[in-house]
Amino acid sequence: MTTVENEKPRYKYIGSDRKRVEDPRLLVGRGGYIADLKFPGLLHAAILRSPVPHATIRSIDATEALKLPGVVAVVTGEDCKAHMNPCMNFGPSSIPQFPLAVDKVRYVGEAVAAVIAESRYIAEDAVELLEVEFEDLPAVTNPVAAMEPGAALLHDGHGSNIGYERTFEFGDVAGAISGADLVVEDTLHWGRSAGMPMETSGAVARPGLNGVLEIYCNSLNFSYFSFLIAGALKLPSNRLTMNPVPAGGSFGSKFTAHKVPTLAGFLALRTGRPVSYVEDRLDHLMNSDHHASDRYYDAKMGFTSEGIITGLDVDVVDDYGAYMQFGVGTHGNAFSQIVGPYGFRNVKYHLRAVLTNKCQQGAYRGFGSEVHNWVLERLIDKAAVELGLKPEEIRRRNFITNDQFPYKIPGGNVYDSGNYPAVLDKALGMIDLEHWRSEQKRLREEEGRYIGIGLATTQERSVFSATEFWALNDNPDFPLTSSPESATVTIDPAGQFQLLLHCQSMWGNSPETVGTTVLAEEFGIEPETVNVRYADTARALPGTGPGGSRYTVMLAGAVRGASRKLQRKLIDIAAHSLEVAAEDLELVDARVQVKGAPEKSLSLPELASTAYFFALNMPPGMESGLEESYTYDHPYTTLPSADRSDLGVFYPIMGHACHIAVMEVDPDTGTTKFLDYVAVHDAGTMVNPKSLGGHVTGGAAQGLGSTLYEELAYDDEGQFKSSTFMDYLVPTANEVPPFRIGHVETPSPFTEYGIKGGGEGGRMVTPSVVSAAIDDALREYGMRVRELPVKPATIVATVQAAIAESSK
Amino acid sequence: MTTTENSPEARYAGDTRTVTLRVNGQEVTREVPTRTTLADFLRDDLDLVSVHLGCEHGVCGCCTVLLDGGSVRSCLMLAVQAQGHEIETVESLSADQNNLHPIQEAFAEEQGLQCGFCTPAMVLRTKEILADGQERTDDEVRHEISGILCRCTGYQNIINAVQNAGRKLRCGGAGGCGSAHDEAKGA
Ligand code: FES
Ligand code: FES
Repeated sequence: MTTVENEKPRYKYIGSDRKRVEDPRLLVGRGGYIADLKFPGLLHAAILRSPVPHATIRSIDATEALKLPGVVAVVTGEDCKAHMNPCMNFGPSSIPQFPLAVDKVRYVGEAVAAVIAESRYIAEDAVELLEVEFEDLPAVTNPVAAMEPGAALLHDGHGSNIGYERTFEFGDVAGAISGADLVVEDTLHWGRSAGMPMETSGAVARPGLNGVLEIYCNSLNFSYFSFLIAGALKLPSNRLTMNPVPAGGSFGSKFTAHKVPTLAGFLALRTGRPVSYVEDRLDHLMNSDHHASDRYYDAKMGFTSEGIITGLDVDVVDDYGAYMQFGVGTHGNAFSQIVGPYGFRNVKYHLRAVLTNKCQQGAYRGFGSEVHNWVLERLIDKAAVELGLKPEEIRRRNFITNDQFPYKIPGGNVYDSGNYPAVLDKALGMIDLEHWRSEQKRLREEEGRYIGIGLATTQERSVFSATEFWALNDNPDFPLTSSPESATVTIDPAGQFQLLLHCQSMWGNSPETVGTTVLAEEFGIEPETVNVRYADTARALPGTGPGGSRYTVMLAGAVRGASRKLQRKLIDIAAHSLEVAAEDLELVDARVQVKGAPEKSLSLPELASTAYFFALNMPPGMESGLEESYTYDHPYTTLPSADRSDLGVFYPIMGHACHIAVMEVDPDTGTTKFLDYVAVHDAGTMVNPKSLGGHVTGGAAQGLGSTLYEELAYDDEGQFKSSTFMDYLVPTANEVPPFRIGHVETPSPFTEYGIKGGGEGGRMVTPSVVSAAIDDALREYGMRVRELPVKPATIVATVQAAIAESSK
Repeated sequence: MTTTENSPEARYAGDTRTVTLRVNGQEVTREVPTRTTLADFLRDDLDLVSVHLGCEHGVCGCCTVLLDGGSVRSCLMLAVQAQGHEIETVESLSADQNNLHPIQEAFAEEQGLQCGFCTPAMVLRTKEILADGQERTDDEVRHEISGILCRCTGYQNIINAVQNAGRKLRCGGAGGCGSAHDEAKGA
């Protein structure tokens, strides 16, 4: 069910449930995915991955492998050392990374050698024939132990296993905590999961003409960062062309996942032939460029007796794994909404990012802000219980109020707009909590059943600015401030539209639907008639791609910008042809007409014909053709202060959500079941409510996975334990409840049409609301979710311990 | 010291066999290496790239095809095991994106897909479960599609699509029975 506040439609196309223009090709099985690409003479690579967590590579013997008929080459870290520069890296330069391990392996699954053969079957046979000698080093698996003196070092050149440490304080936290009437504290652990799309990352690389290397890949969104891959491959930037390939899902896992295309490119350069490397599921599970956050918290929050938050004190140790390619951007995300939707002003955040023998971290839907939100909401729920306040009441008392926007939070980011009470009220209106609260009592008393109610909110920061990549560092190597998006709109000589997007943006979101909807709004054409293409990097204007829920906002800005330029040209041509002043013309329903006299008009095909074929009918000096491009820069960003007491505005387009879950928990088995679930989101102006609802639902299902099922587990020796989908439990339809979705629309004052991002919020609140519902169901046993995923065994153990205690 | 352990079985023996089967209504005869999976055979030899490989170990279901009308995971079968059988991939419903089959159309209407990677499998599974012509509850559909993982949709719109497709098929085609579409959804 989808409900929307009643309002008269402001737009003809934007805001209605239209079919997606991407879907017909996907429904006939022609998604154009990376594994579908075939080139003559294409070779296939398979990778030998490290079976040990930490070791020196003593030798690699490829003799037997190379004897196998069909094997073309074996490439190792030695080749990388000789012929490559380290991969692109936004972390410390003292932690370099190559696509194949150089000298040493640092986690189970790290790539050691690549075999290139005529088929994947042969390549995999040959991988088994490689002989590698490893000299084991002590495995560093516990991030706290990793910081102790004497711990084995992951990177000698870095000199320590602490990749980053810093304390940020905004306001007076000591005062806020010591002056509080109530202080709640908790020790929390958010476990590792990952985006885990059904399609893995992959790339096909082939030598092209003029010494150009062509790489096709599904995992690089920044069109203006491909020079960094060229740099790793020691190619001039104009001799590398990256071709965007649609992806079968990403959720962060393909966000700048550069090792796969870099490796494919390197293998094509080494062999001089086209090479395909598509991860299999094992490759992806243990080495998917990145896993997501793995954080240990000691957190404290102060409250007045009325439940008003006075301050937050967070100490977080993040188990980063073996490399730090994204630096601490996932914590930058936490800073973007560090106070949630609440008005408190005092925050302290002590961060240690620790290197261990595990896969490195990177993006996953929420990019680390969802973890901080869980901590925030866990503490507020604890305080609510101690103060005897309902969860909705304690939140309502702390909300930033509607008259405070735009609102600058501690740390410097700005929330553009919001209406938090409206979202809460809408959610409360969709479910009868009083009924469920009395049912909870009745079922407990009459049937011995345990029902819990959880309610939680989240901010959904959207549209990142590139300053967040480095704002937490004092001396960043490359403090870039651009994160633009581009679009090119062409009306062809017959009057038909082409839309060119300048990045890899089809990840399961609907960039083509968004772009064509905006074009329809601007020109009065039908969205389905537009053809959409993606530029390769030789042609591409700056494009940052999806990520941080930015693409819908940024693309709408780019397409609208290009449309306005094109509209101006059409009107000028029409003015010249019709011999009327341009001010007296307007573009309505795909025609340029005289205001007040619509019978005097020219159609788009007529104007296109003039623009392409009749130069002598054009205004003097005007260029032939009908094509305009526009690069839309971030609508609102500012620099951090030099001392980082203010991190600047970097994530200001702020959505909001409230979820309410009713769950039943079986204390004997630890299993859970949803009885109802309501999710209300405010993503500003909606482009396509059904699509947004789909993203909320899909995101919430992933949040549920992170909360109850999914875990990328390592044992104490550093061995990886989640190497199949039998171990890493992606929720099936049986686990995901029917979420009831509602929307509130608070337009952004800073974006075109008032759109906000909405791609991640679903995942950002489910962990909090499910944790709260489980606690509520088993409150009499002192249940408190402190670690995700919450396993049935943990629930049962808590209940059993409480029973044993009470029977003493 | 750890050394990688090799089991150099001579598995690249290159054994081949001739296989004859029907694929999307056409008889096909090919010489294939015996170890070629049905999925790779369909994708690489017959260019039916709608068969998607999500795990290659039998869990995700993205490689689902219909074998004699029932769903199988084509990554877990060898091509030679399909000898004499009838295989359907999503192209058998419609390979023409301008003229979709009612089930495909229902998925489009309900946005029962996002990235499209699980979609051919979900569409084929829908065909299989709707073959009995019966109405079913959302919960029944939920259970019946649970053997295929979708990472994008959270399943609800897929369930809506199956129900929508069921109405279309029971009414004999895309437009039939008026606008059953939203009202029966039980929102
Ligand atoms: S690819 Fe066959 S079940 Fe996953
Ligand atoms: S639509 Fe992406 S996996 Fe189902």
